[in-house]
Amino acid sequence: MSALFNKETQAIFWNLNTSAIQRMLDYDYTINRSTPSVAAIVAPTSNNKFEKFFYGPDEIMVPIFRNTIDAAIACPNADVLLNFASFRTAYDVTMEAISIKEHFRMIMVTAEGIPERLARKMNQAGRDAGVLIIGPATVGGIAPGAFKIANIGGTIENIIASKLHRAGSCGLVTRSGGLFNELGNIISMHADGIAEGIAIGGDRFVGSVFIDNLLRMEDNPAVKYLVLLGEVGGLEEYKVIEAVKSGRIKKPIIAWCIGTIAKYFSSGVQFGHAGASANADAETAGAKNKAMAEAGFYVPANFNDLPHTIAKVYAMLCEQGIIEKIVEPEVKAIPKVRRSKEFICTISDDRGDEAMYAGYPISSLATPETGFGIGDVIALLWFKKRYPKWASDYIETVLKTVADHGPAVSGAHNAKVTARAGKDMVSALVSGLLTIGPRFGGAIDDAARYFKYANDHNMSPDAFLDYMKKEGKTISGIGHRIKSVRNPDLRVSGLKKYAKEHFPQTSLLEYALEVEQITTSKKDNLILNVDGTIGVLMVDMWRSLGYSEDEIDGFIDAGALNAFFVLGRSIGFIGHILDEKRLGMPMYRHPTDDILYNVDCASEI
Amino acid sequence: MAQRAIREYDGKAIFSKHWEKYFSGFHYGFRSVSVSSGNELRAKANEHGFEWLKQVPLVAKPDMLFGKRGKNNLVLYKVQKAGDVTLEDAISWIDERISRKTILLSGQKGMLNNFIVEPFTPHREDQEYYISATTVGEDDVLYLSAEGGMEVEEGWEQKVNEVVIPIMMADADISHLIRANVPEGIPSENKERFITFAEQFYTFYRDWNFAYLEINPIVMIGNDMHILDMVARLDDTAGFMMKDGWCGVEFPTAFGMEDQSAEEKAIADADAKSGASLKLTVLNPMGRIWTMVAGGGASVVYADTIADMCGNVSDLANYGEYSGGPTTDETRFYAETVLDLMTRHKDPKGRDKILIIGGAIANFTDVAKTFTGIIQAFEVYAEKMKAIGTRIYVRRGGPNYEKGLKDIKDAADRLGLYIEVYGPQTHVTDIVRMALEH
Repeated sequence: MSALFNKETQAIFWNLNTSAIQRMLDYDYTINRSTPSVAAIVAPTSNNKFEKFFYGPDEIMVPIFRNTIDAAIACPNADVLLNFASFRTAYDVTMEAISIKEHFRMIMVTAEGIPERLARKMNQAGRDAGVLIIGPATVGGIAPGAFKIANIGGTIENIIASKLHRAGSCGLVTRSGGLFNELGNIISMHADGIAEGIAIGGDRFVGSVFIDNLLRMEDNPAVKYLVLLGEVGGLEEYKVIEAVKSGRIKKPIIAWCIGTIAKYFSSGVQFGHAGASANADAETAGAKNKAMAEAGFYVPANFNDLPHTIAKVYAMLCEQGIIEKIVEPEVKAIPKVRRSKEFICTISDDRGDEAMYAGYPISSLATPETGFGIGDVIALLWFKKRYPKWASDYIETVLKTVADHGPAVSGAHNAKVTARAGKDMVSALVSGLLTIGPRFGGAIDDAARYFKYANDHNMSPDAFLDYMKKEGKTISGIGHRIKSVRNPDLRVSGLKKYAKEHFPQTSLLEYALEVEQITTSKKDNLILNVDGTIGVLMVDMWRSLGYSEDEIDGFIDAGALNAFFVLGRSIGFIGHILDEKRLGMPMYRHPTDDILYNVDCASEI
Repeated sequence: MAQRAIREYDGKAIFSKHWEKYFSGFHYGFRSVSVSSGNELRAKANEHGFEWLKQVPLVAKPDMLFGKRGKNNLVLYKVQKAGDVTLEDAISWIDERISRKTILLSGQKGMLNNFIVEPFTPHREDQEYYISATTVGEDDVLYLSAEGGMEVEEGWEQKVNEVVIPIMMADADISHLIRANVPEGIPSENKERFITFAEQFYTFYRDWNFAYLEINPIVMIGNDMHILDMVARLDDTAGFMMKDGWCGVEFPTAFGMEDQSAEEKAIADADAKSGASLKLTVLNPMGRIWTMVAGGGASVVYADTIADMCGNVSDLANYGEYSGGPTTDETRFYAETVLDLMTRHKDPKGRDKILIIGGAIANFTDVAKTFTGIIQAFEVYAEKMKAIGTRIYVRRGGPNYEKGLKDIKDAADRLGLYIEVYGPQTHVTDIVRMALEH
């Protein structure tokens, strides 16, 4: 591994930290990334499926998942986890992420004050699994011009002022996050900026230490020299000294340890981070600065002198031709004023030359020679997918099958009564449609829902029937007024035949038919009826198309099955309304002798 | 937030609370009291359950986070001969100790104000062992020795077995490792017992998030364990998981460290209530250079630079930081506290006081907003600042820094205060040089 991040690197952001995510996306836009650096958000308590963010002047939607595993499955390329959980949960989040095999390459942990024992376990687990852990207690890192973690670098103005929007030639590693920006600023003023920078974190136990990051930078040809800002406490700087002495690190390295003040105070004053207190002379800032200078590091006389040391090394490398002049890239400016959109549309777009359905111009699918049918249009506008012919044919079959069921059913009756009252087409149609619900037309929905539930939970047909009995529910999709085993419903036969011939699989239909075997053995007319068949086959269609069970449940919950009935039956209703208008039938009044009047005088309370 | 020392009494209380669960097969009679004076000890002896204080010979010693109490002659276990200390002896010994300053061999000095009093445990030297555990690098290390007491520290290398336990090691492997490293000097009749105890001790140390735990000596008499002396530090970041298990332990200030001043306490209180970070340590109330630095790392480099450029820290009055986006009110309070301390004393040599308002380039703290709090404090303290003579040096970057710098400059000019302001183009600590070279 050389460069830690590139322009394609994507992260999963754990915690709905909208401001930090927005800053990442602002950075992405500024440096002209083709994909946003945040692929998904994990927010266990969020009920939303996505969050809107600005991407330059526009807005984009970043999906939200309830847990890391789902996010990782949905975003196979997002191999960086930005763990912004609190110190109470950061450990669990990291451990879960590490346990997802072969997914995360790097995990950044921002929480400060994770219990030390948990931090040590987490860090070791990362090492054992080959996952690089940055932090805990860090603002993260940046690969200028490619990928920036959360808040590092500060505002966009500061990022551009400090040349953090494009790659320079310095590899920077600090412990302190607060001074990271400052170092970025110094390096941009006295050299050409940073190629890669990491703040390893201020807690006593951090996942990756100076040497881990510096060795990677040594191997990264884009890095020409190294800057290390250490701190009083610990012995990590000595590993770097060994690497320089052994020749493993060959690039020039500039280093300084802060906390030289600590030598003046015997104990009691905690200077800086939790990791920052010297237990032995070798851990003092002074001893480390001296040892680094002796090993051939470029060590300034004091922190105030650091800029001159950087300038000196940079000038030397330029002179040697190792560093070449950078052509400054153009910067895409973030608009000063941005307004969040109130509505979102993801299915069609009327802004271009021609309106589009899910990316297809209307003219490309309207006329017969295009080969598109109404089933294809429904697939595009309802599901944003181009379905194969067998599936769009099935959709059309359903629509045709449910289009009408005579004038006596309540919806058609209502439509007819309204039309006869002199109301217009829309009012009459709506009065019919408003009748559709749990008792009228709802069976398709419920059949799909319950059969699927039973099938998902591996209930045997007997267990399913018991379950429904216990719940006190009739089984939607089973039973017919007239039709029976001996007198089959030909609509059902047709649907089954079509599905058997054309569907890749019909697992839920098979299941429903097993249920039917039992119910018909009890009573001849308890057959799988047309509503039930449509419902279970719709689930089979989606299963065959590769949708997950969760997605199919989502369709059912959103009322998509009901929608097929609403759409199909509208054809019939319109027919009945036109029929009434054509016949010029008078206003309908129900005969009083058909009503049982049973009215008592209201008693006083 | 870090590893923090606790009193011996509290450490033993934690042992006692969990003894049954962790140390099955052994007995520990937790009989200790924690008192701050002779009177308190006398009152304790009259409480129900503490009759033993009048009945058995006692041991008394300070319980104030420092070790080597034996060498410092601060353990009362005999008047004429070992084990003859009565309650009255202990009371007068304690009262004598709290009445005057104590100087340790290490040079630390201060007032004693906390003692632990326990029954005297008669035992032979060969019943004393040593056990401790801590973290070294990334590993836990268990130290075991057949010799306890003061002697163990002399000839540590020869006498103590180190058992290095990696963080992910399985319990069965830990058990084998301890068994393989049991000190040879432990008599065979106690060997199994010692191994069992060492394993239990390690598990206890680990489960309750100790950062350091030492019993020296531990006295084994049959299955009776006597914790004669112990030192413990806890990882206080684990506090949220340890609430009841730690028995409501306190983290006292170390002996010799002056108790916090009222101002430091007030800032610590404000810090505890805030999402931001507010820290203040007064190093020298008479000091000439006062700092108000944003950010932990920056506060260190300012202190470094002042010490480096002065060659010493005698002029450095305080150390501290404000960071993590404090509100205007919080910043005002912090600034007023610093200005109040600064304007109490004139410089003995008649020089101006120097106020360093420093900071690195902020990530997302609104500089103008925090400076508003500082300006409000200037308005309150301007006259006092002028009276003692004050020069102000400001350096800051980050969101809205131009406005922040302009605001603070305008305010100082209006109030007649000397001020110089610098932005990110000036090196972060260069204002220290400017202030000292003035």
